[in-house]
Amino acid sequence: MKKYIGKRLAISLVTLLIVIFVLFLLLQLMPGSPFNDERLSQEQIAVMSEKYGLDQPVTVQFFRYVKNLCKGDFGVSYVISKDTSISVLLENRVPISFGIGGEAVAFGAVIGLILGILAALKHNSWWDTLCTFISVIGVSLPSYVFALALAYFVGFKAQWLPLLYDGKQFFASSVMPMIALSMFTVATVARFTRTSLLEVLDSEYMLLAESKGITGPTLMLRHAMRNALIPIVTVLAPLVVDLMIGSLVIEKIFSIPGIGSLMVTAIQSNDYNVTITLAFIYSVMYIVLMLIVDIVYGIIDPRIRLAGKTD
Amino acid sequence: MKKKKEQSAGNTARVLSVEEYLSQIDFREDDFEFQHKDGFEHIDTNFASQGYWKEALARFRKSKGAMFSLICILLLTLMAFVGPSMNEYTYDQQITVNQNMAPRIPGLEKLGILDGSETMRTSTGSKEINYYESNQLEDTWYWFGSDSFGRDLWTRTWMGTRISLYVAILAVIIDLAFGLTYGMVSGYFGGRTDMVMQRIVEVLNSIPYLVTVTLLLLVMKPGLLSITFALMFSGWLGMSRIARAEVLKLKEQEYVLASRTLGAKSLWIIFKEILPNIFGPLITQTMFSIPHAIFTEAFLAFIGLGVPEPLASLGSLISSGYQNFTSHPYMIVFPLLVMGLLMLCFNMLADGLRDALDPKMKDM
Repeated sequence: MKKYIGKRLAISLVTLLIVIFVLFLLLQLMPGSPFNDERLSQEQIAVMSEKYGLDQPVTVQFFRYVKNLCKGDFGVSYVISKDTSISVLLENRVPISFGIGGEAVAFGAVIGLILGILAALKHNSWWDTLCTFISVIGVSLPSYVFALALAYFVGFKAQWLPLLYDGKQFFASSVMPMIALSMFTVATVARFTRTSLLEVLDSEYMLLAESKGITGPTLMLRHAMRNALIPIVTVLAPLVVDLMIGSLVIEKIFSIPGIGSLMVTAIQSNDYNVTITLAFIYSVMYIVLMLIVDIVYGIIDPRIRLAGKTD
Repeated sequence: MKKKKEQSAGNTARVLSVEEYLSQIDFREDDFEFQHKDGFEHIDTNFASQGYWKEALARFRKSKGAMFSLICILLLTLMAFVGPSMNEYTYDQQITVNQNMAPRIPGLEKLGILDGSETMRTSTGSKEINYYESNQLEDTWYWFGSDSFGRDLWTRTWMGTRISLYVAILAVIIDLAFGLTYGMVSGYFGGRTDMVMQRIVEVLNSIPYLVTVTLLLLVMKPGLLSITFALMFSGWLGMSRIARAEVLKLKEQEYVLASRTLGAKSLWIIFKEILPNIFGPLITQTMFSIPHAIFTEAFLAFIGLGVPEPLASLGSLISSGYQNFTSHPYMIVFPLLVMGLLMLCFNMLADGLRDALDPKMKDM
């Protein structure tokens, strides 16, 4: 187990280093410069380059970059709001994005589980059909289709919920983004819960448990669900990816001041320091989550652990 | 079956004779019938043995969803090729007087739908307006309406579908060219080669593709070429994993050994001996990467990294329609519908193909 965790840790670290290196290289290659302003003279540009340390050798800049990243100092924004430290820009946005993302994960997991369990228990009933239908729709359609439909019908036509984000009523304005974001989670979790629960219910140890006289909730919770939930850990990865990508579009649609909309603004306004910082943050989040998923899966499922040993 | 009375246990116990025992038992009528008769009687049907592909085709035909999706995709493809030339407009022709025209379709307008009128919301309330009538354009038809530059949305939507289909074909090519070869080579050679190749995949896999794709597009100019590169970068990883796993399953088989004994080289064994036997799962995987690729393109277009104007993709149409979707919802509805239909159909087709080619995987 130690060897397995060590291997995963090493891969994550290498990946992180490669990401930082690529990000830094991109920073150098980026077309356009924040100083692309016709009103600036050559001298002024030179002065500004010196101020931001852009005239030093690439290697020096790289090591300074890594050092600053470790300190949590991401430099300053060049375009979006001049000379503001990016950490300050992120300060208010991170909690909003995480809040909505967390809501979406919780909502999606609960609804998905309920749907999946109902579909498996009432196999081949209309619940089952509903579950299959929802999972096909949820996996197939991009989250902005749901977001736009909700925004138009619930936000604009019926005016039940605020169409655009309103900081004063966080919960009310996070309901629509939450639902739109969580559709993929609902679909995937429902699908996997259904499949693996069906498999477990059909297994011999369930028959044994039943013939021992265990009934009702105990049977379901302690024997069925516990084993059925293991494979669901594996779908966490695509879920995280989808949430990240979804958040960019969803935050733009609902004008949510989170890190996703900041990323879009940064890309569009060529503020590459901000773009690269956000790419770094997304990568760290993803790599750490992957690491946790892999380790948790290794702990739950001994086959993975043993496979790691033979390597 | 029910005993008249329980034998009292204890030291009085003795062995009953058969007659005594039977006299203690009440028989009921249903005691001599099969229980749950319906559930038990399976009659095996015999089928003539069929080839793998023939059987798969039969299974595929039976799946209504998959057949429906296939027909839908064929229709959409047909429209993508024929649609733009069905009316007199071109995708980049701007007729500034015909801005923001609501959809109007001959025939349907008599039914009161899609007759070119739309509801305008103003501060004083909402009212019904019809630009075709107010501007005396009785002979003008914009089937899907026109956008804020006066371009025909019908033509643009189908031109956009072409881009989505291009991306779909691209995804297949990338899967087969990179993913398949990479995975098969890695799996076949094993050992140190496999080790190095798999570490590379693991590292690439740990970088969220959102990050690689956006950054790649920042370096290159937004456009079809950079979308192509973006897909090449991350699209083949899933395929390589499947191909490797399949090769690992087969490479110890006797027929591979036989081929090697006869002096076949590695490349021959990989592509001529193993590949034909693992087509099923590979086709399924390819089909699943199509909706993923279409989605990636649409996502990039939505955040402003799609094909440059005046070209249109479904994603960029949705993105520009979204700017004023509260005042002119029709601008976004049609691209969104085509996009949704395309994604749904490719997903359902992939599901159907998986069930047909690999029945064991059903329900996954």
